[in-house]
Amino acid sequence: MELVCPAGNLPSFKAAVDNGADAVYIGFRDETNARHFAGLNFNDAQLEQCLAYARNHGTMVYVAINTYPQPANFAKWERAVDQAAEHGVDALILADIGVMEYAAEKWPELRLHLSVQGSATTHEAVRFYAEQFGVQRAVIPRVLSVKQVEALVRDSPIPIEVFGFGSLCVMVEGRCYLSSYVTGQGPNTFGACSPASFVRWSETDSNLETRLNGVLIDRVNKDEKAGYPTICKGRFIVNGETGYAIEEPTSLNTLPILPELLRIGVAAIKIEGRQRSPAYVAKVTGVMRAAIDACMRDPENFIPDEDWLSQLTSVSEGVQTTLGAYQREWQ
Amino acid sequence: MSPSGKALPVRLSLGPIQYYWGKEKIIDFYRSVETTPVDIVYLGETVCSKRRSLRLRDWIEVAERLRSAGKEVVFSTLALLEANSELGQVRKLCANETFPIEANDMSAVQMLAGKTSFIGGASLNIYNSRTLRKLVGMGMTRWVMPVELSQNVLADFRQEMPVAIESEVFAWGRMPIAYSARCYTARAHKVPKDACGYCCIDYPDGLMLSTREDEEFLVINGIQTQSAKVHNLVHALRGSTAGADVFRLSPQSEHTPEVISLFDQTRNGALKADEATEELKALVSDDLCNGYWFNQAGMASYGATGSQ
Repeated sequence: MELVCPAGNLPSFKAAVDNGADAVYIGFRDETNARHFAGLNFNDAQLEQCLAYARNHGTMVYVAINTYPQPANFAKWERAVDQAAEHGVDALILADIGVMEYAAEKWPELRLHLSVQGSATTHEAVRFYAEQFGVQRAVIPRVLSVKQVEALVRDSPIPIEVFGFGSLCVMVEGRCYLSSYVTGQGPNTFGACSPASFVRWSETDSNLETRLNGVLIDRVNKDEKAGYPTICKGRFIVNGETGYAIEEPTSLNTLPILPELLRIGVAAIKIEGRQRSPAYVAKVTGVMRAAIDACMRDPENFIPDEDWLSQLTSVSEGVQTTLGAYQREWQ
Repeated sequence: MSPSGKALPVRLSLGPIQYYWGKEKIIDFYRSVETTPVDIVYLGETVCSKRRSLRLRDWIEVAERLRSAGKEVVFSTLALLEANSELGQVRKLCANETFPIEANDMSAVQMLAGKTSFIGGASLNIYNSRTLRKLVGMGMTRWVMPVELSQNVLADFRQEMPVAIESEVFAWGRMPIAYSARCYTARAHKVPKDACGYCCIDYPDGLMLSTREDEEFLVINGIQTQSAKVHNLVHALRGSTAGADVFRLSPQSEHTPEVISLFDQTRNGALKADEATEELKALVSDDLCNGYWFNQAGMASYGATGSQ
């Protein structure tokens, strides 16, 4: 079971490699990837540095080009594909059918993975990408229960990669317009959810309010900690009750079901968080490396170490974790 | 535009019912649609596989009546598939040889491609003409633009796309803007999805989610999240250079025949778009929006010229 770790800058990249990632995934400094944030990601020279460092350590480099170009800017995505291919990266992580077709035609030797943004949740959907473009692995949205992942792995023509840790998208990735509905910019077209330029924090006498393009996402007492105003983690009123109508601020953590994921034949575990710090990448990569190694040595007797759990919880959103959709009751 | 390059009159379609209604309500609803001037009707359950007011046999009966009334009838597939049983439902639908299919996920495309022509739904993520051409090559004859794309993008598509494909836009109703494994209606009732008790049948137009300032923000519809504002493109029916061939109206539990009539009168020139908008506003208690059409936040609202 491969460990795939995130990096948004060179120190994070090195932290992932040093702490035992089998592969590190990165993106370019523009809207061609789903973590298009100011100051994040890599240019040509930095990609070269990453590759050199990774080669020295036997680590693979994947480049995410996983947003959706439109007719007017398609060429930019083509350039991103060419740029990554020319550098000899180990795989591209793609979502858009047009981009995938371009990559498969122009760079037939290059390994392609289907991004989580491609929203494939069944073996038939995965088969489409495998047959049409020779895609060799699919990353699946965080919507399936363990039993459903098992069925998918069994019936899929290609290996399946799942999310193992990190901020939790509760909506099907690639089909969530919450951010663009409120701001005009969302993951599919702009590569960012709830972009920082639309965020306003304001203090009233007793409260701290967080808004996204004017829409009140949450209000906390001054002594509470306010989370980033991601729409799906806000507090709203439904049927007269105020609360987290969609999801609490929480992170996905699969440590407790690692033996299950191994048993059902998941090919790779992905860590979310290209926007996070090098310290986060180091900590999560190190914990997951140790956990996967322990699990692979003796899956029968695998029990997550208390120290691992507390380390992961300390870097989790809302300082709490969940199994998310893997666990039927969550749904 | 037609293959001959001549502009054809815009057609109106009625999207699938997005909410959970009982059998009688659904049957009555489509009876009332038979006499409306809508041209195309999409049928079937696209949100939750647990909603089974009608069996496939019942749907086919509804479809045949609508077809006798002169409507083009299409069956729509589920947008989010998780269980193999759901895949089985879609497979069964795709195997029917009488009515065309709107594929709302790539599983359905995979089942239909190369075998029969199909319509590509709004949740297929067709964002550029290379993607569109690929799917046209596999048998797609009409596509529905993702709701978050603008009239400028549609116009760009028209420049590049093969002529033998019809473009449809989501022109009226609450927009589907997210799908999840989790059922938010069940969550509001503090039960997990597996014990939902079909509670969404109590909300024939979905369940309102408001901000803590009581601003109506989103509508919960089971595993689907919708905009609380009603998307309205009636002003784009005439005089828009973007060139949509089909305007889709999304059913609500009340006033759908009146909405169809107002769009019909506008396309015929009997009503001005501004007048139609005023009448549409009077029919629904919700705010209208059209920001996506002008490449802005979806919840924004602009005048016909794009001024706020």
